[in-house]
Amino acid sequence: MAADDPEVAQLAADLLATMDESPGCVGLAANQIDVPWRVFCVDVSRHPKTVTSHGRFVLVNPVLVRATRKERAREGCMSVPDFTGDVRRATRVTVAGQLPGTGRQVEVVTDAFEARALQHELDHVDGLLFLDRAVGPHAIHPRRTYQ
Amino acid sequence: MPSIAVTVVGQDRPGIVHRVTSEIADLHGNLEDSSMSLLRGHFAMTLIADLPDLASVVLLEEALADLRHTGLAVAVFEVPGDESHESGRSARMSVHGADRPGIVRAATDVVQRSGGNITDLSTRLGSELYVLSADITFPPDTDLPAVAELLQGRLAELGVHATLVTDDEEML
Repeated sequence: MAADDPEVAQLAADLLATMDESPGCVGLAANQIDVPWRVFCVDVSRHPKTVTSHGRFVLVNPVLVRATRKERAREGCMSVPDFTGDVRRATRVTVAGQLPGTGRQVEVVTDAFEARALQHELDHVDGLLFLDRAVGPHAIHPRRTYQ
Repeated sequence: MPSIAVTVVGQDRPGIVHRVTSEIADLHGNLEDSSMSLLRGHFAMTLIADLPDLASVVLLEEALADLRHTGLAVAVFEVPGDESHESGRSARMSVHGADRPGIVRAATDVVQRSGGNITDLSTRLGSELYVLSADITFPPDTDLPAVAELLQGRLAELGVHATLVTDDEEML
């Protein structure tokens, strides 16, 4: 879709508002709110494992350009409330995309937790869940509750 | 609706999983959690399923009885419903080094004394190298660095290397 379409700008606002209303949520893809467009938002700025953060942003038509240094970590998802999974993802990535509203082309170069969050959201827009990336049959776990 | 556990252990061959799960499906049972693996040619399976009624439990036992004549150890028994509530801090333990008796006992002794609960564990023996990997849940207030230090010291006495790293879930 065209990133400068006003409907995309409205979708971006809806995504950010939904993320803000969801405790602990650091990213949300459009298809998680039943919109089949390649758009997601991310904000890892308050997460303790964040090293580099680009703050609160939305990417349209995102593409993974570069990914290196894979590490395994356990992740969960709002769309899969019962389980978490061990997933290997790159710890350094470059993701290209467009900004909603202006349609300006940008590249996000980042690492650590923001890199993981971006890859998680990229998977969402490709129709994949972390379940599809789990590193083996023993890599899916019941989701824990913290007390 | 009774919950049952089925265990099957024996020499591996194609078709065991299909046979067991087909019998459960034919009885209108619902396969829930399962774990299956191959250990040096021996197939080992544990599964939890719901069956429609107690009569089905007996029928399943009868249906699987002939597997015993093919060298497989098969057990079917009722289990309580799932009342587990996962909580606490998860960690992953890794141990590797030259094989010698007592490695698993030493590692699990540290875990047990620290209040940890092993939720998954596998060990592999190569020609000389022994490798242990385990997922563990500790009580929420556990001092994991202290447990890791304890573990490393204890396993170092056996000449093997050990690590314990947190495996906290990251919600994305």
